[in-house]
Amino acid sequence: MLVVKCPVCGAEGDETDFHAGGQAHVRRPASHDPAHVSDEEQRDYLFIRINPKGLHFERWRCDRGCGKWFHAARDTVTLEFKAFYGITELPPADVIAEAKGQWAEYFAKRLKAEKQA
Amino acid sequence: MKPRYSLFSLARNAMNYHKDWERAWRSPNPKPEYDAVIIGAGGHGLASAYYLAKNHKMTNIAVIEKGWLGGGNTGRNTTIIRSNYLQDPSIAIYELARSLYEDLSQDLNYNVMFSPRGVLMLCQTQHEFRAFQRTAHANRLAGLDCRMVTPQEVKEIVPIVNDDPNCRYPILGAYYQPRGGTGRHDAVAWGYARGADAMGVDIIQNCEVTGIQRDGGRVTGIETTRGVIRTRKIGVVTAGHVSTIMDMAGVRMPIESQCLQALVSEPIKPVIDCVVMANTVHGYISQSDKGELVIGGGTDPYNNYSQRGSFPALEHTVTALVETFPIISRLRMLRLWGGIVDMTGDRSPIISKTPVEGLYVNCGWGTGGFKAIPGSGWVFADTIANDRPHPIAEPFGLNRFQEGRLIDESVAAAVAH
Repeated sequence: MLVVKCPVCGAEGDETDFHAGGQAHVRRPASHDPAHVSDEEQRDYLFIRINPKGLHFERWRCDRGCGKWFHAARDTVTLEFKAFYGITELPPADVIAEAKGQWAEYFAKRLKAEKQA
Repeated sequence: MKPRYSLFSLARNAMNYHKDWERAWRSPNPKPEYDAVIIGAGGHGLASAYYLAKNHKMTNIAVIEKGWLGGGNTGRNTTIIRSNYLQDPSIAIYELARSLYEDLSQDLNYNVMFSPRGVLMLCQTQHEFRAFQRTAHANRLAGLDCRMVTPQEVKEIVPIVNDDPNCRYPILGAYYQPRGGTGRHDAVAWGYARGADAMGVDIIQNCEVTGIQRDGGRVTGIETTRGVIRTRKIGVVTAGHVSTIMDMAGVRMPIESQCLQALVSEPIKPVIDCVVMANTVHGYISQSDKGELVIGGGTDPYNNYSQRGSFPALEHTVTALVETFPIISRLRMLRLWGGIVDMTGDRSPIISKTPVEGLYVNCGWGTGGFKAIPGSGWVFADTIANDRPHPIAEPFGLNRFQEGRLIDESVAAAVAH
């Protein structure tokens, strides 16, 4: 049984009080540049998933509390939550530092883009 | 040449107090090079190796396994075998598998205990009734032996079912595949392993793959905990761990790994002699030859590599089945376990070549892979041997996700496979 804590309203409860919403930080390409979405980008958006054995980043919804979506960092082997953070936010820096593989690549790219902007 | 199992060999070994049975397969050290390597010694991997050797005469091959053979989902499923899917490509591969199961014991000289005891899929809402009618028509066009049955027939086939018309989800009928049933899951893995080994296939257990070597766009070998093995063809058949293996070759997969649980009750006298799936309430049940009720349900909703599921998913399954079969409410549950299933977006498998030359993948069987083992191995072996998709495997290619050519069984199969 997972114990989840909503970072928006602060409610804490077991996993049945929340809704697991799949991988975090998936961006819909058509929202940014609808005229130039390739088949590959659309495939990646709809189907390709980062599926790590270890630290993972997900979306959850506070079903029986405030109803808001939020983000969580969770280990898929120990099932332990590492952080809960807002839907528009990035994970805490110390959790990003623990990310490996495709997630490490993603955050490196994202942080670089934000620095340039 | 391995001695055949027979009544005669049983009698001969009985004389020796069963002390001289030969080993069913060897435990060879890996050779430095093979013509092809299969990663994953589950049912699908071993069947692929068996048919590579038998149908395509490729015997200089190896099956690499991180743990022990048949120790993953092959030994963790609820052993249901059926082929009454909605979409034509699904019908083709699942019916190929089901028909191969019919004489698999003779082919392998190993009793896989295929028991075509019938699979009954209950209709508990009007919507479900119509959906199964549609499937029934599709299956009849494909020539499958399946039919809709009335609530009275359901009660005759499964007397323990709750036929109260006033319950929340009354039985409105069922979709019946009399030639579906169950098999002995371990025996399928062991039979294919023994058969492949007899033709010279090396099955290397306790050997974890740590890297995939490439030269340009083609594979050249694998790195393992027991050294480097050179090969030009790699078949990845690792179910829940397929994303981690494919990541080693830089191929990203449309897969999420989730936990699916199953459980068995204490053994009781025979009460149910077919498989019953109740998809609306989300549970399925059959009785093993030992008398245990074998129960399965849905996956946990989040990614999980731990082979331990959550209690709410389990409670949901058991609640549903107690409602449908009230007499099981006081049974004790003996064992409970989880397996890590590889879920695709359309709930259909992937049997495919990949962007890396010489790298093939067979995965995405999700919650329903056991029934497909012989067919999956048959077409995957053909795909590897001829370096092109077998006609039955072709619709299941990785490219379907970018071409929008989905084989949608997530709606068609309701929930349970």
